[in-house]
Amino acid sequence: MSRILIIAEHDGAALSPSVAKTVACAAQIDAAQIDVLVLAASAADVAAEAASLDGVNRVLTIENAANEKPLAAVLAPQIVAATEGYSHVFGPSTTFGRDLMPRVAALLGVNQVSDIMSVEGSHTFKRPIYAGNAVVTLDAPAEHVVVATVRTASYKAVAGGSSAPVESLAIEAELPSHTRYVSTQAGASDRPDLQTAAAVVSAGRAIGSEENFDLIFALADKMGAAVGASRAAVDAGYCPNEMQVGQTGKIIAPDLYIAIGISGAIQHLTGIKDAGTIVAINKDEEAPIFEVADIGLAGDLFQIVPELTNAL
Amino acid sequence: MDKILVGLKRVVDYNVRVRVKSDGTGVETDGVKMSINPFDENALEEALRIKENGGASEVIVVSIGPSEAQQQLRTGLAMGADRAIMITAEEAPDSLTCARALLSIVEREQPGLVILGKQAIDDDNSQTGQMLAALWGRPQATFASELAIDGDTATVTREVDIGMETIEIDLPAVVTVDLRINEPRYVKLPDIMKAKKKPLDELALADLGVEQAPAFAHTNFAPPAERERGIMVDDVAGLVAALKDKGLV
Ligand SMILES: Cc1cc2nc3c(=O)[nH]c(=O)nc-3n(C[C@H](O)[C@H](O)[C@H](O)COP(=O)(O)OP(=O)(O)OC[C@H]3O[C@@H](n4cnc5c(N)ncnc54)[C@H](O)[C@@H]3O)c2cc1C
Ligand SMILES: Nc1ncnc2c1ncn2[C@@H]1O[C@H](COP(=O)(O)O)[C@@H](O)[C@H]1O
Repeated sequence: MSRILIIAEHDGAALSPSVAKTVACAAQIDAAQIDVLVLAASAADVAAEAASLDGVNRVLTIENAANEKPLAAVLAPQIVAATEGYSHVFGPSTTFGRDLMPRVAALLGVNQVSDIMSVEGSHTFKRPIYAGNAVVTLDAPAEHVVVATVRTASYKAVAGGSSAPVESLAIEAELPSHTRYVSTQAGASDRPDLQTAAAVVSAGRAIGSEENFDLIFALADKMGAAVGASRAAVDAGYCPNEMQVGQTGKIIAPDLYIAIGISGAIQHLTGIKDAGTIVAINKDEEAPIFEVADIGLAGDLFQIVPELTNAL
Repeated sequence: MDKILVGLKRVVDYNVRVRVKSDGTGVETDGVKMSINPFDENALEEALRIKENGGASEVIVVSIGPSEAQQQLRTGLAMGADRAIMITAEEAPDSLTCARALLSIVEREQPGLVILGKQAIDDDNSQTGQMLAALWGRPQATFASELAIDGDTATVTREVDIGMETIEIDLPAVVTVDLRINEPRYVKLPDIMKAKKKPLDELALADLGVEQAPAFAHTNFAPPAERERGIMVDDVAGLVAALKDKGLV
């Protein structure tokens, strides 16, 4: 029977929503046990949140001052020491999981299954390749531990309300000092989170400047939506990198996605494939974004966006 | 530092619309344009800039896979790399085997820095750099958009979900780069001629003594679920009505 260990992403105070989605993926495997591992400087609050997730059997904690910030080189050896007896080790396919889990996989001598989008069996998974242009089904060898990241946009968070036991682990692992955290620059975040928001408004290169982005923020605020962008808009410096949606940015699945002045390159579309409804506003009627949009409006964004903001 | 090692993977060009073979055994690659993985061009550009600023004396490019990848290594040499190593294998091996092969080159060449792309746009795995760092027992700085070398340490700005994170790492180390770290230079015709004379060593993966990692069986390839073209509305009023209809506003 499968025994699954999920590595918890958190910021020291709160559990990331990616964990409840990773649990949802693990729950599709007929597993005898799903445990969540919290590595932190002090783990109590995060562990309590993880313990409330439906389907979680146990929460394990490893407390160490060195775990204050999630440095892969520091966390990986501790995780490896905790994996004894588990058949699967899962993390979210966020930048946290994408940084950390391959390091764990290599130490365990296995390849990582990146971005699980569907579970077909305890060792059989589907994942996207070529920017989502193809979906491959793969079998991981049954005699080895499966290390994987979960494409969180493919899963709905499990509910809370349970109360699994929390146990602390004493791990003997030599931790490196060759990697040191310096600082984080986070954007102002009073808007909804791009990865969990029900509605997202995104702008592309056509927005033209950082100042013009205010038009997009105004619309998003009116709708209670998060704000995203194409890579071209980020590269041009119109908005910060954490707003990028796509193959090499964030993969999201909001109920409503509004693409404004975005052409619809395949690398962008792969980030929004699972959106409920896609709305496109573009002055070029031939823009590829209209091929995937549920509702299209051809026209100049500088006219349409203020009008839409007023109309809502 | 003495040497910087850069990984160049040969992949289907990012402009190609990749199609799955009708029998589900793979994706169509016959007659398809192949290129250097875009992120790897940024990796090489970064290495060249470090060298040009006096931070390194040699830039070595390495590729693992079918020997056709020599074309991509030649392009890397034309961009300015000093030397190339082609590790031939029937197809590009799985990531852990690649990381083990890279480690054997690292042990031979003793670079002060290895720069790779943050992901290959064919498998979208995003794991080789992290794996190499793990096997080597050295620091990793993934998804880098800024890299500053200062003696035996490097300060790296990483693109993470909440914004930018800065870390400091001791060298040697592995850095994987995002496209935003730099703008790769164009190759000029005379450089292509010069590149023909630069050394390109060929080794067989089998001769490196690298242990093959437990591989996955890829049993089926399928096109993704398609989204259908929806409706066009004429104006903002039409858009608002359509959104209301779906209960979205
Ligand atoms: C390896 C790699 C990875 C990539 N990863 C990503 C990724 O993760 N995410 C991503 O988004 N891209 C990614 N890209 C880039 C991608 O290929 C496209 O270049 C990018 O998505 C284009 O952004 P855009 O649609 O904003 O700009 P453009 O393609 O320039 O489109 C601008 C659009 O705005 C329209 N427009 C212009 N003026 C107006 C106006 N006044 N009103 C209304 N519409 C107007 C135009 O008709 C056009 O359709 C990647 C590329 C590579 C090579
Ligand atoms: N076969 C290969 N040859 C050379 N470099 C590779 C190879 N596979 C992966 N890499 C490097 O590792 C990076 C990440 O690849 P991946 O883990 O496959 O997404 C790439 O951008 C390359 O720099």
